[in-house]
Parts: sequence; C-alpha cells; structure tokens
Amino acid sequence: MLEIKNLHVKLEEEDKQIIKGVDLKLEPGKVHAIMGPNGSGKSTLSYVLSGREGYEVTDGTATFDGEDILDMDPEERAAAGLFLAFQYPVEIPGVGNMTFLRTALNAQRKARGDEEISSADFLKLVREKAKELEIGQEMLKRPVNVGFSGGEKKRNEILQMAVLEPRLCILDETDSGLDVDAMKLVADGVNRLRTENRSFLVITHYQRLLNHIVPDVVHIMADGRIVKTGGPELALEVEENGYGDILKEVA
Amino acid sequence: MAVAEAKREAAEARIADRPLPKGAKWADEARAAALARVRSMGLPGRRDEYWKFTNPATLVQAEPPAASVLETGESPVFGAVDRLKVVFVDGVFDPAQSDELAMEHIEIQRLSEAAGTDIHWARDLYGALETRGQTPVDRPLAALNTALAEDGVVIRATGRAPKPVSLIYLHKSDSSDAYLHHVIRVESGAELTVLENGPAAARFNKVMEVDVADGGTFHHVCAQGRDHERRSATHVFARLGEESVFKSFTLTVNGVMTRNECVIELTGDRAVTHVAGAAVGDGVFHQDDTVFVTHDAQDCESRQVFKKVLRNGAVGVFQGKILVKPDAQRTDGYQISQSLLLDEDSQFYAKPELEIYADDVQCSHGSTSGAIDEDLLFYLRARGVPRAEAQDMLVIAFLAEALEEIEDRTLADELLGRLEGWMARRRQG
Repeated sequence: MLEIKNLHVKLEEEDKQIIKGVDLKLEPGKVHAIMGPNGSGKSTLSYVLSGREGYEVTDGTATFDGEDILDMDPEERAAAGLFLAFQYPVEIPGVGNMTFLRTALNAQRKARGDEEISSADFLKLVREKAKELEIGQEMLKRPVNVGFSGGEKKRNEILQMAVLEPRLCILDETDSGLDVDAMKLVADGVNRLRTENRSFLVITHYQRLLNHIVPDVVHIMADGRIVKTGGPELALEVEENGYGDILKEVA
Repeated sequence: MAVAEAKREAAEARIADRPLPKGAKWADEARAAALARVRSMGLPGRRDEYWKFTNPATLVQAEPPAASVLETGESPVFGAVDRLKVVFVDGVFDPAQSDELAMEHIEIQRLSEAAGTDIHWARDLYGALETRGQTPVDRPLAALNTALAEDGVVIRATGRAPKPVSLIYLHKSDSSDAYLHHVIRVESGAELTVLENGPAAARFNKVMEVDVADGGTFHHVCAQGRDHERRSATHVFARLGEESVFKSFTLTVNGVMTRNECVIELTGDRAVTHVAGAAVGDGVFHQDDTVFVTHDAQDCESRQVFKKVLRNGAVGVFQGKILVKPDAQRTDGYQISQSLLLDEDSQFYAKPELEIYADDVQCSHGSTSGAIDEDLLFYLRARGVPRAEAQDMLVIAFLAEALEEIEDRTLADELLGRLEGWMARRRQG
C-alpha cells in the first residue's frame, strides 16, 4: 500500500537534512508504529507524506498503491485516500465544522468522480460518527477547532477520519496533550476504523498509546533513519529502558 | 494658492452648464447654498490630506469615464426579501419598475416631489446634515450632490416599518453620471431598514442624510454594484438622538473607484452606532472607506469594523476617526480595520485616528494586514479541499466577521451566499 524507499528530506530554506534514508513498507490492514526521540524526523515524515510545503525531497521515493505521491498536491493525496491526523490541529475561525467536513468530503468525492453526498445522508453520517466519539451538536456547530480543548481537537481529527474514510491514516503524536480518558476515547475511535484494507502509521513518542492501538510492527527512528524494527514488544522495551539503550545498541 | 485655484477651477468646470434643479423656495435656497459651498471649497485634489490615499481625479473631472454594463444573468440581490422596491435607472426614478410609494408607518416620496412642496418636513434636513458634516473636514463632493441632485427619496418613519425600503440602482448607460440624494427621518421610537444595491451609473454620487430621533432605530445594508469600471462617491450623514440606534453595512465587490464616507454624530445620550464594511477587490480596484464618528453626548457606543480582501494589485483604504468631545463621558468607541492581501502587488492603507477630549472614555482601535495563513490552507488541503477553494473558504471566513455586524441574519446570509457564489464562479473561470 505505502512504500517508502531510501527517502531523503531536507528543509527547503536551510541546508539541514532531516530524513536520511528511510525505507518502509506498509501492507493493507496493518498498523505500523514509528517511535523515536524528539528531533528524530518522525513528524517531518508525516508532513512530507501529506504534502506540506517547506520540505525538499533530495532522494528516494514514496508510492501509494504504486503511484508516486511526492508529486501530488496535498488535496490529491487526500482524495487518493491518505489522511494525516495533525499533532496540532489548527483553529479556523469563521469556518463551521460541518461546512468544513462537508466541503472536504464532497471535494474528495468529486476528485474521485463520485456524486456529492446529499444533505440528509451527510447529516446522518456525521451524527452517527460524532456520537461514537462523544462529540455533541455544540461542537459540530462551532467553527473548526475554535475554543476546543486539546482532547476535543484530537477527537475532531478522528471524526474527520471516520467521515472521510481514508485508506491510509497517519497519526502524528495523536496522544500528545491527552489525559487517559481522552486517549482511550480517541484510541477506540481509531480501533473502530481498523479494517483489512485500511492501514495506519502511528507516530508517537510514548508507548502508552500503543497499549490501546496495538501495532503489528514497531519502528524506532533516530536521526532521520529507521534504526530498528520489531513487534509490539519493541515498544515495551522503549517504555522500560528509554531510547538510550536501543540507540547505543544500533550505534 | 495655485492648488486652491485648481480645485475651484475643477468645481467651475463641473458645474458649468448644469443649472440647479428648480423646486420650492426652501429647496432652491438649499441648493444655492450648497453650490456656494462647492465654489468656495473647490473639488478635492490630489494634494488634499483627506485624499492622500485616493486620487479623486476621476470622481471630480467634468465628464465621467465610460463604464460598461455588467450583465450577470443572476437573480437580483435582496430579490427574495419582502420589501418596498424603489428603482432608479442611471440615477432617474423608474415608476414602472418600482412599487407604489406607500407603506404603513412611513411617508415616502421622490425627492423631486418633496422639493417642490412649499411646506415639507425635509426642508429642515435637506443639505443640513451634509453642512454639519463639512466641519472639521471638507466634503465637497457631498455639497456638489446637494446642489445638483434632482432625484432620490425622502422617507419619514413614524412607527415600525413592516418591511425594508429597497433602493435599487440599475446601470444601463456606459456614460451616465448620476446624483441621488436621500433624506430620511426616523421619528421617536420608529424603526426603519433601508437596503441599497446596484451600480447606479458609470459614475455615481450619492448622499444619504439620516436623522434618527430619540429612541429611533435605523438599519442600512448596501451592496454596491459589481460593474468593473463603475465609479462611485457616497456619503452617509447621520445624526443620532438619545438612545437611538444607527447601523450601516456596505459590501463592495469590484468597481474601479469607490469612496464611501460615513459621517456620524452622536448627539443624544446612550445612542449606539455600528458602521461596517466588507470589500473584495481584484485587479484595477480602489476602494476607500472614510468614517468620522463624533461623540457629543454621554454613554454612547460606536463601533467600526472594516475588512478588505485584495488581489492582483487592488488597493484598499481605511480612514477612520473617532472624535470624543469634552462632555462625552463614558464613551465606548471601537474601531478595527483589517486587510487580507492575497499577493505582493496589492496594497492597504489605514489611517486610524482617535481624538479624545473627555477623560472617562474607553476607546480602542486596531489595524492589521496579512496574507492567507499557510497553516490553515494546508489543513484544508490535507482534508481534500483544492487550493483555490480552500483559499476562498478562508477569505469568506475573514469577511464573515464584518458581515456579522448586520443584525438581520437573513440579509447577512444572503450576502454571504452571494460572495460564495461569486467566488465559486470566479474559480471556474
């Protein structure tokens, strides 16, 4: 599904290499976690995959179902089925949550050559998904993320994921800023979306999120490279010993 | 000396061969007095401080530059609103397209008719509020209007008007040079809404004098016409009595030259005024909002909210002043002007001014200029919204804050819907 080969990325405006050769293959239905210390390049990887400006790919490829995504606009990647749950979801004053969701869904459907969703179907869809995430009418009516707590913002990200039904979900530090209850709510939301065709790339600093969203594969990233790959037990090792031991071991 | 000379020459050139309209004695006198004001002030020139950011040349020159008529095929703005329609074509009242000038709780007449009547309530107002507005800043184009305007409406609200009066300004001739002068009196406790829409003419000079008596309420919502080459200079002069309310909103989309002046005097305690505007300019577009609010009574509130979105070299100007006189204690004044510059070529000039002589007042003002927030744009795009559409969503969201100043949600929603439609059409080329 997602295949990254020898990816090298630098900042566009300064000569600073952030990702220094990442290889990763994600199969349909699988959950891969990427863990790593701060500054290892985890979030940059998520931004490069979703098409944020400011980064330059100096070498390597990233394909999604065999198609090169690095040349696509962010909206094309989204329509192709890629979704980034932001670490810091932005507030958009003046744009209603519902209007935003509907515009996004219809834009993606249009890009795929599908009909726009009817108002009634859309309302039904959002209400159902919102209920599961304990998102009330009040939150749906407000402008996107404006006045939302940290937990509400993250739940809103998962709501968007549930409504847009992407095939590849990248979760960038979705656990940051969440208390235990909020994390469980978010993780349950993600788990409901797990299917045999949908894959997840879960980027996190801590192991705790992976207790709730159990990964198939865990990668440890450091200094722009994946330095170790293993099963869920690798995450536990990080939890117990920190990154120091692993990094020493691979050095 | 040479500058003043040139301004007076411009005035003479403009009024040459234009006899003043004839009416009742009071109207003739008001027009003659206005003509004398124009002659002594001269017309605005490049070097005038009050025209520092806007070149008045095309608003002043004797003949109007041509402006082609925009055929949109769209349904008329406010078309779905239950309203009393008053239609002007290139500045001339058109009875055939207008409703009968009659409505419960208001008296409404053509200006030409009122000005021909010896005893008429409008005599105390026609040109009177305009004259008050000439101090401390000259507004010669308004005086010119008082002198030359033949048409317009005079409205007196004596109770709560059951529906808005909708002034519709159609533009049919490429070379029309139109003057309209409206006089409105909202009596004590009465309530009136006036809507305006349309380009009116190739060049349009409009004055609206509004006198709101104690406890009266006046709402004004204006959508200026979208003909690209049209030019207009508009003035609203308002005087507010005790506990009265005056709220005005203007939407400007397109037009090569627009100067909207709003001059408001709060003369009764606890009066409230809100003036707002949203402007969208693309390419050859110059739009200027010049507002002057005078607090001359206690416990009054004034609020100015102006937003402009500019691209491809469009220019926006905001000159806003709050003057608080010595006895206007506990004044609450607020002013914000913001622009969204969609490229490096567009420009926004802002001149916020506070002049305060009372010691117990609350006045704040702010002005910002910025580009589209790339983080917001990326967020929308990452959810699948194409770049152009995402940008328009953010533009609409930016303007929406000014449209929120319109109290009637139906009217605000209509204008928002129009903006969305125009932008969608533009995206599709």
